[in-house]
Amino acid sequence: MKELLDRLVEGSSLLQAVPRGLVYTTGILLACSGVLLLVSLFAGEIVWMERRISGRMQARIGPNRVGPQGLLQFLADGVKLLAKEDVIPSSADRGVFVIAPYIVFAGVFAAFAAVPLGAGLVPADLPFGLFYVLAITSVEVVGVIMAGWASNSKWSILGTMREVAQVISYEMPLAISALTVAVLAGTLNLTDIVAQQSGWVWNWWVFRSPATFVGFFLFFTAALAALKRAPFDLPEAESELVAGFHTEYTGFRFAIFFLAEYAGMFLFALLTAILFCGGWHLGVPVDLTSGLARAAGFLVLFLKACAFLFVMIWVRWSLPRYRVDKVMYLCYKVLLPWSVVALVVAALQVLLTGGR
Amino acid sequence: MSGSEPVPAVPAVPGVVAPATPPVVDASELSSLVGQSLRTEELVVNMGPQHPSTHGVLRVVIKTDGEVVTALQPHIGNLHRCAEKIGESLPYYQWLPYVDRMDYLAAINNEHGACLAIERLGGIVVPERAEYVRLILAEVQRVASHIFAMGVYGLDIGAITPFLHTFRERERGLDLLDHIAGGRLLYHVVRIGGVKRDLSPEWIDECHAFLDAVERRLPEYNALLLDNHIFQERTCGIGVITGKQAVAWGVTGPALRASGVDWDCRRDAPYGIYDRFPFEVPVAPSGLAGTVGDCFHRHWVRFKEVEQSISIVRRALRALPPGEIMAKLPKTFKPPKGEVFVRVENPRGELAYYAVSEGAEKPWRMRCRGPSFSNIAVVTEIAPGTLIADLVALMGSLDIVLGEVDR
Repeated sequence: MKELLDRLVEGSSLLQAVPRGLVYTTGILLACSGVLLLVSLFAGEIVWMERRISGRMQARIGPNRVGPQGLLQFLADGVKLLAKEDVIPSSADRGVFVIAPYIVFAGVFAAFAAVPLGAGLVPADLPFGLFYVLAITSVEVVGVIMAGWASNSKWSILGTMREVAQVISYEMPLAISALTVAVLAGTLNLTDIVAQQSGWVWNWWVFRSPATFVGFFLFFTAALAALKRAPFDLPEAESELVAGFHTEYTGFRFAIFFLAEYAGMFLFALLTAILFCGGWHLGVPVDLTSGLARAAGFLVLFLKACAFLFVMIWVRWSLPRYRVDKVMYLCYKVLLPWSVVALVVAALQVLLTGGR
Repeated sequence: MSGSEPVPAVPAVPGVVAPATPPVVDASELSSLVGQSLRTEELVVNMGPQHPSTHGVLRVVIKTDGEVVTALQPHIGNLHRCAEKIGESLPYYQWLPYVDRMDYLAAINNEHGACLAIERLGGIVVPERAEYVRLILAEVQRVASHIFAMGVYGLDIGAITPFLHTFRERERGLDLLDHIAGGRLLYHVVRIGGVKRDLSPEWIDECHAFLDAVERRLPEYNALLLDNHIFQERTCGIGVITGKQAVAWGVTGPALRASGVDWDCRRDAPYGIYDRFPFEVPVAPSGLAGTVGDCFHRHWVRFKEVEQSISIVRRALRALPPGEIMAKLPKTFKPPKGEVFVRVENPRGELAYYAVSEGAEKPWRMRCRGPSFSNIAVVTEIAPGTLIADLVALMGSLDIVLGEVDR
C-alpha cells in the first residue's frame, strides 16, 4: 500500500504539494471504502443467492422482481430496513446496545484486509495473514456478548451464552485444521500458500496430503459452526430462542448483524478456497498471476468461493438443527481430536520428508 | 392441572429411559473452582404467547438453569371463545360452524363428531351415501392434517424445507375440501342428517390424484426427517411418555399409540361406517430407533397413519353407493329428553361430545373433550430435566392446536 502511494506521489506534482501523512491517510481510507463496498456488495448478493437457491429447493421462486432476476433485492431490503423505526428497549444498556452491531461487523470486515482476492490483489499482504484472519474474526464474539447483554432480554442472554460457547469452542478445530496447511506449506502468508498450489489440480493442498484432506473437511465443518450456520445455528434458533442475541434489534442495526453474517460466510468460503483448493489457480497449468490474467484469477477464486457458499446454503436448507449439547460434543470429542491428529500427521510428514 | 411446584426430573415409572440430560454443574462446585463465591439464580422465562414454537397463543412459563428446564407450567386460555356456551345458546343447526373453529386443522372431523352426537340425540338415520362422503372427507382431512403436522415438526426441529414440501401436498388436500365446501379451512359441510354437497365424478378423480401424490411424496418427507441422522438425534429418547403415563394423563391419538397403547377409536369404538373398512392401527413397535413413547415414535405413527388413511379413502371411493346425501329433517329440530356421549378419532386424538337435551330447540348442555387440551397437560410431567430445545421438540411432537385447547 505504502509503495503504491509513494509511486503515485512521485508521478504527480499536485500530490507532492500535499503533506505525505495526509496522502497516506486518504489513500488508506479510500482503499478501505473500496473493500467495504466490495464486501457489502458480495454479502448482499449472497443473501440474494441464498434466497433464490432456498426458493428453488422449497418449490417456490424467491425474489425476482428488483433488478434482473432479483439481483438488486438487497438494495430494496436495505432501504426498507433504513426506513424502519430504530427501537432501543427502555431497559437496554444504551451505549453498548448501539455500538455492538458495529463491533460484530468490524470483526468480520477487518479480516478482509489480509485476504488476497487474486495475485497481488490484497490490501495488506501480511506475513502472518492466516493467524491475523483467524484472530480478528474472534472480535465478533465480543460484539455478540455486548449485544446479548445490553439487550437485557432473556432470549438474548440465552442466545449469547450459546453463541459464546459455540464460537469459542469451534475456533480451536478451525485454527488447528487450518494449521495443517500452514505446517506443510511452511508459511502463514496466504499469498504464498496459494502460490504453492499452482499447476495441476493435484497440487492443491486438499489432495497433497492425507492430513490436509481430512483438514479440509474439518475446516469446512468448523467454519459452518463458527459462522453459526445450520445445522449449527443454535445462537439464533428461531424455533427455540426467537432470534437469539439479535432478538431486540430492529432496522439498520439488525441489517448490520445480517450483513456481518453473510460477509463472514464469504470470508470463510474464500479462506477454504485459498487454503485448500488452489485459490486463484485453475487446476491446470495456466498462469493467472500476472497482468490482466489476474482478473481471470479473481474470477476463478470467486467461483470457487461461490461453490462453497452453495454447499453452505444447501446444507442449511436440508438439515435439522443440532441440539446444544450435541454441538459441543461434536466439537470436543470429534472435530478437535481429529484436527489434532491431522496436525500431528502433517508435522510428521514435514519431519520425514522435509516438507516435500 | 398440577400446581407449579417442580416435578422430579426423571419420571418415577420403572422401565423409563431418562432423556439424555447434560450434567448440571453445581454452583458450590463452580465457586470452589473459581475460589470465590458465585451468585447463580434460575431464570424464569415466558415462552409465548408470542413465540414461534408454541403453535399459537400458548404461554409456557419455564424455569431454566442455563439451558436445562427445571419446571414449567403451560398457561392456556388466550384463545377462549366460549364454544361450549355458544352451543348451549344456539339451536342445534347453528352451532356447527363454531365447531369448525375449535380444531381448525381438522374441521371436518370436528363437524363429524358434533353431527353424530346430535343425530344420536334426535334418533336421525343418515343416508348410506352421506356416511361414505363423511368418511372420505374426514380421512382426506386427516391426511392433510398429519402431513402438515409432520412438516411443522420439521420447523420446530430446525429444518425449514420439509415444511414447504408438505405444505404443497396439504394444499391440494385443502383444495379438494374447498371444492366441496367452498372454504379452505372452515367447511360447515357435514350437517345434521347428512352432508351438504355431493362428490362429483371429477372430484373423485382429483381425490385419487391427491392420494397418489401424497403416497409418492411420503418417502421424500422421510428422507428429510425420519431417516435423517440429526432428526433422529433430536427426537430419539426425547420426551418419553410411557404407556402408563399416557393413559393416566388422558393422552390420546398418535401420541397414545406412540407410547405403545393399541387404541384407536375408529377401530375399537367404531362410529359412522368405520367398521366396514378394517385397517391397521399403527402402534409404536420396539424395534425402531429410540425409545417407545419418544418424539420420534410420535412422528412415525403420524407417517404410518397417513398411509392407512390413504388406503381407507381409496376403498371408500371405490365402494361409494348412489343415493341421497341428506335425511328428511323437520324445520325446527327438537330432540327428545336425554343425554348422549360420542367420541370420534380426530387427527390429534379423541374428540368427545357430551350433549344433554331437555326437549327444547337448544341443548341444555354441550360439552367437548378436546384431545389437544389433555395432550398439552402431560408436558408438565415430561419436560422438567430436559433442555429448552427438547421442550420445543416435545411440544411440537404432541401436535397441539391452541384453538381446541382453549375452545
